[in-house]
Amino acid sequence: MLIKQISVFLENKSGRLNEVSQILGEAGINISAFSVADTSEFGILRLIVSDPDKASNVLHERGFTVRESGVVGLSCPNQAGALARALKILSRNEISIEYLYAFSMGTSASVIIKPNDIDRCIEVLQKNKLELIKASDLYKI
Amino acid sequence: MIWNEKIECATRDEMKAIQSERLIETVKRIYHNVAYYRDKMQQAGLTPFDIKGVEDLHKLPFTTKSDLRDNYPFGLFTVPMSEIVRLHASSGTTGKPTVVGYTRKDINMWSEVVTRSLCMAGIHKNDIVQIAYGYGLFTGGLGIHYGTENLGASVIPISGGNTQKQIQLMQDFNSSVLCCTPSYALYISDVLNEAGIDPETLNLRVGIFGAEPWSEAMRKEIERKLKLRAIDIYGLSEIVGPGVSCECEYQQGMHVHEDHFVPEIIDPVTLEPVAEGEVGELVFSTITKEGIPLLRYRTRDLTRLIYDKCSCGRTLVRMEKCKGRSDDMLIIRGVNVFPSQIETVLLEMSETEPHYLLIVERENTLDTLSLMVEVQEQFFSDEVRVLQDLRKRITHKLESTLGLTVDVKLVEPKTIERTAGKAKRVIDKRNI
Repeated sequence: MLIKQISVFLENKSGRLNEVSQILGEAGINISAFSVADTSEFGILRLIVSDPDKASNVLHERGFTVRESGVVGLSCPNQAGALARALKILSRNEISIEYLYAFSMGTSASVIIKPNDIDRCIEVLQKNKLELIKASDLYKI
Repeated sequence: MIWNEKIECATRDEMKAIQSERLIETVKRIYHNVAYYRDKMQQAGLTPFDIKGVEDLHKLPFTTKSDLRDNYPFGLFTVPMSEIVRLHASSGTTGKPTVVGYTRKDINMWSEVVTRSLCMAGIHKNDIVQIAYGYGLFTGGLGIHYGTENLGASVIPISGGNTQKQIQLMQDFNSSVLCCTPSYALYISDVLNEAGIDPETLNLRVGIFGAEPWSEAMRKEIERKLKLRAIDIYGLSEIVGPGVSCECEYQQGMHVHEDHFVPEIIDPVTLEPVAEGEVGELVFSTITKEGIPLLRYRTRDLTRLIYDKCSCGRTLVRMEKCKGRSDDMLIIRGVNVFPSQIETVLLEMSETEPHYLLIVERENTLDTLSLMVEVQEQFFSDEVRVLQDLRKRITHKLESTLGLTVDVKLVEPKTIERTAGKAKRVIDKRNI
């Protein structure tokens, strides 16, 4: 249930994001989801891709600083209150969220969560019958 | 006025006789009190009897900053601590500071050379001297202070910083002499300008500037902006502090107080003395110091010596403004900075040494330091907080190690140019 996310360090310079997407495109790697965390000086690009290991390698070879980390993919109905319900469960179980990003499509919504304790997070979500996205499914989106 | 005419205007033969007698004594004292240097002499097959005069100086082994580090803190002192009345320290190459100790006689000698220096600059007992060098472990403040009191002029021991107050006292106390780093002098002139204060309304007439490298162009600028005569003073704590040499009113090189500090110029590669008048690395032997006498101490400053009699009447040998360094030390706001200190800090943060680039700039006349650190995998995290925390830790650690604020910037790998496989560590953009 653990999903591999790759993070890339970016300076705030124009064209860097474009370069990353181009490198991945040329390597035949598809991006399922991504988010950029930025500060005034630098940014961290986080990506869910079809082949995280390969993506890591090609970006590293091209001189980028890359890191793989585990995140959780949560699937919930695309309706009001669904996310709140899931977050309430995490909060009640004292799992804090470092960051999250989400997208919705049709009848369902997907949320990528980086919790402080990934194993407990998965356990709690499963126990509460919340739908988790399988890594293999997410890489294919 | 010439403070000590007998010495300052001595003939070359007279000076050599003084130097020889004092050198012989110093070599004996060091040989019998400092095992570390005795070993060095023995390895070179020397005993004190081989040093019969100043012409034998070149036979002696060198002393370097790393010798001081290896004997930290008091290993090179030749007297017991009961004889030491003062300690000063400056930053060393790796973490540990360079420590020097003074006996009462050393402090008196230091006062004497500073007094002579002030007289060279045309300062007299009616002057009001504002000392804006830092007081404390740094030798600048206290060194000038004692020499000024010895001269009989009035001291304003204001120390560095607090520019508004500096200006207020210049106005209210009629300061006629300003002592500080040249970059701080320029900064004061900018603040005066912003406050709409005409320097002509101040009583300043002489500036004693040193502790960092500065150019002739900078001298002209300071003289124009502060309406005073800008005098260059040279010194390093290992030798004594400020007052090792100083310019006279003719501003044609700094007179070395060579009856206490014997200068030599060597080729920094072959370590052999260069021909008279040639540029090389300046080496000093202290021949009267008791606390920590040093023989053939390599300053790493590049300059040349002028033995001609000066227009002021003094015969003391003159050294030109330093032309650079034979190592990678930087002097920023009077503080010695070595790239190795930055390496040490960065190595503490990760297992492998990251690539970095130190950029020194002069912004609004004050030197600033910024450090670019390449974020490689060992540093990187997917969380912003972790990276910001890393940046903060590097900043704090550098500040406590160097005593200077450094603007740390995290950059992508390969941002910093590699030359022949090796990274360039320092870019000095100051026009000195």
